[in-house]
Amino acid sequence: MSATHTHVHGDAHEHHADHGPAKGIGRWLTTTNHKDIGTMYLVFSLIMFLVGGSMALVIRAELFMPGMQLVDPGFFNTMTTVHALIMVFGAVMPATVGLANWMIPMQIGAPDMALPRMNNFSFWLLVAAFSLLILSMFMPGGGPASGWTLYPPLVLQTGDALPLAIFAIHLAGASSIMGSINIIVTIMNLRAPGMTLLKMPLFPWTWLITAYLLIAVMPVFAGAVTMLLTDHFFHTTFFAAAGGGDPVLYQHVFWFFGHPEVYIMILPAFGIVSEIIPTFSRKPLFGYDAMVFATASIAFLSFIVWAHHMFTVGMPLSGQMFFMLSTMLIAVPTGVKVFNWTATMWRGSLSFEPPMLFALAFLFLFTIGGFSGLMMAIAPVDFQYHDTYFIVAHFHYVLVPGAVFGIMAGVYYWLPKWTGHLYDMTLAKLHFWASAIFVNVLFFPQHFLGLAGMPRRIPDYSTQFADWNMVSSIGGFGFGLSQLLFVYLIWQCARGGVKASAVVWDGARNSGLEWTVPSPAPYHTFEEAPVTR
Amino acid sequence: MKMVKRALAASTAFLIGSTPAMAAWSDLDLRVGVTPLSREIYGLHTLILWICVAIAVAVFGVMIYSIATFRKSKGAVPATFDHSTTAEVVWTLIPVLILVGMAIPSARTLVHIDDSSGSELTIKVTGYQWKWQYEYVGQGVSFYSALAEDSNFARQLDSGVDPATVPNYLLEVDNPLVVPQGVKVRVLVTGADVIHSWWVPDFGIKKDAIPGYINELWFKADKAGTYRGQCVELCGRDHGFMPIVVEVRPRAEFDAWLEARKAAAQAANAPSTKVATNSDEPAALHVAAAE
Repeated sequence: MSATHTHVHGDAHEHHADHGPAKGIGRWLTTTNHKDIGTMYLVFSLIMFLVGGSMALVIRAELFMPGMQLVDPGFFNTMTTVHALIMVFGAVMPATVGLANWMIPMQIGAPDMALPRMNNFSFWLLVAAFSLLILSMFMPGGGPASGWTLYPPLVLQTGDALPLAIFAIHLAGASSIMGSINIIVTIMNLRAPGMTLLKMPLFPWTWLITAYLLIAVMPVFAGAVTMLLTDHFFHTTFFAAAGGGDPVLYQHVFWFFGHPEVYIMILPAFGIVSEIIPTFSRKPLFGYDAMVFATASIAFLSFIVWAHHMFTVGMPLSGQMFFMLSTMLIAVPTGVKVFNWTATMWRGSLSFEPPMLFALAFLFLFTIGGFSGLMMAIAPVDFQYHDTYFIVAHFHYVLVPGAVFGIMAGVYYWLPKWTGHLYDMTLAKLHFWASAIFVNVLFFPQHFLGLAGMPRRIPDYSTQFADWNMVSSIGGFGFGLSQLLFVYLIWQCARGGVKASAVVWDGARNSGLEWTVPSPAPYHTFEEAPVTR
Repeated sequence: MKMVKRALAASTAFLIGSTPAMAAWSDLDLRVGVTPLSREIYGLHTLILWICVAIAVAVFGVMIYSIATFRKSKGAVPATFDHSTTAEVVWTLIPVLILVGMAIPSARTLVHIDDSSGSELTIKVTGYQWKWQYEYVGQGVSFYSALAEDSNFARQLDSGVDPATVPNYLLEVDNPLVVPQGVKVRVLVTGADVIHSWWVPDFGIKKDAIPGYINELWFKADKAGTYRGQCVELCGRDHGFMPIVVEVRPRAEFDAWLEARKAAAQAANAPSTKVATNSDEPAALHVAAAE
């Protein structure tokens, strides 16, 4: 009911602002246009990707060879902590929200997001959040250095950075919740006539499920960090054993948020890849219904597997059994997705433009991350893997060539639609090959390091780990530098280039509503709802 | 600028080969270890790994075949099918069967890990920022174990010491834990300040050392020797610098060692009841230095 009201209000607003965007900085501060806000989210996430990436390079530089050469161990811990927080909450999540802002209204035939003012607010909250987080690194007592998981009691030893970091998390969480509400309301109310939920493209579908995950778990995380805050400042003892509290309780609450969080990062990438593979295979997505249900199953299972991050805390045998078996189950819907993508390519007519290259790298490398995930699900063997570089290798495989490659595939897929220009295909392919090769040089040797016994989050190591660490660092610098190509290419494409047609990719002819509007997409699209199917 | 120079110097040193040989290229897999549990875990790890490799060969094989064959540039004409109920049922059921096959041996190993009954010796391990304390429960023997002096000196920023010249760099302690060979040892793990985690890869198991909790693990080392591990839960600034060294000695040698420790502890306790150390002389010195 309230959504209908918003819809009417939104229309009135559109007609009023028909003449296009305002000029100057005011446009960006006050915009309620989904395309402007999407652009801001994407640019913000790219900046954060570079900032978080620089921190990763500090880590890889220190780990280049044994001995401490560059930084203090305390600062090293700040780097691992802030790198993770920035990449998770500042780079990957805002990038997927940016893509959602740009593409969901265009893919479902809506004129804009349903709640445009909240949309603006949720973006600017994010800027505040990350300004605070970065400032926290310069506080007396050093930056947050307890790992992104913020486990007590260690996190309570943080200096003045603690309240800043926690407030940053609160703001980023509030921003995510608002973004999610907006996406759910938009999808539920503003679809074009005739577009039933099961006719909706996969990207809005995966985002719809992601949005529910976010609304379910973000408040849980906010609660957990608030309890940290009161433990630190108001002498409560939620997590202090000496006062009757329980440090492991925090870990249960954190991972109840943390496990769905990893799917929050990967599900939108699943959606993007599910759009790209059919386009460049020139063949419809195989098993559409199965894809939707597999995504929903993964989301459901993500709520009942959290303690697989905690097999070593001393859970009872029955608990370990349950979390081992429930975690193994996730392999089934994930397998269905991988098989369906493969079956989409089977007997297709494939071509290998940059979006398809990234989607294919996603398909192979995410699957490798899936295999190591299955290995770690086996609780008895996880007693060896836990908290080693094997884990670091695993989650970077699912997050970098997984989520990040998925996002890059999406950017390369839709960039001509946003700017109206084709980008430099040769340069994009160069960016792809450099990224795909270096990402493996960077992360594959970390499997070996972990199996050989190197713990994660250590600033220095014994000489037996020297060789593979050096290889990994070389890969890290290669990967980091390759991303400058990406930045240059986007900048170049935004400034000009060969005009793109409305369809852009010949395989996209019947792929969705976004390809029916001109390139660049007009400031306001679908003021009158399109008729679908 | 100074940091850049130092990094350049370090990498140049490596490139011209002044860094002594390191022989770790072959460390690719989990260690088999020296306990029944570590061998069982290694077997399970190998089984799961090969199942994954087999699935990967099949799945990646189909992907690579598709990429090589169904190319637009080769004039491939796309088919129009978009589902096959049979195929979808098959590739849902087959993974379920494979998972059941994995779950059965995994559950069995999990039960073995959990069964610490019949142990002959109990050692309580307490994690501190940043050292370990070992207490032979009921024996009156207890001591601290911290990073060895030479490693600790070499690991300082700008120490000027090449880590390769330090024996067992970062994996050596002042007072190693000593345990008997072939005896089931129960380890009780707890933390004094923040969470740590006690792990010797060759023994197969790690358990978190959590304030307010007493966790339990067990091992039975079959082979005498020295085994090394590290704290594996981020515990603050010097998390990377609190190694674990365990010496497994034949039963008789261990008994003699423990008797000597007990005697030393009693001697140390006799003159002054206030002295909190109950260990032999070198250990007492280190404890005093550490506190």
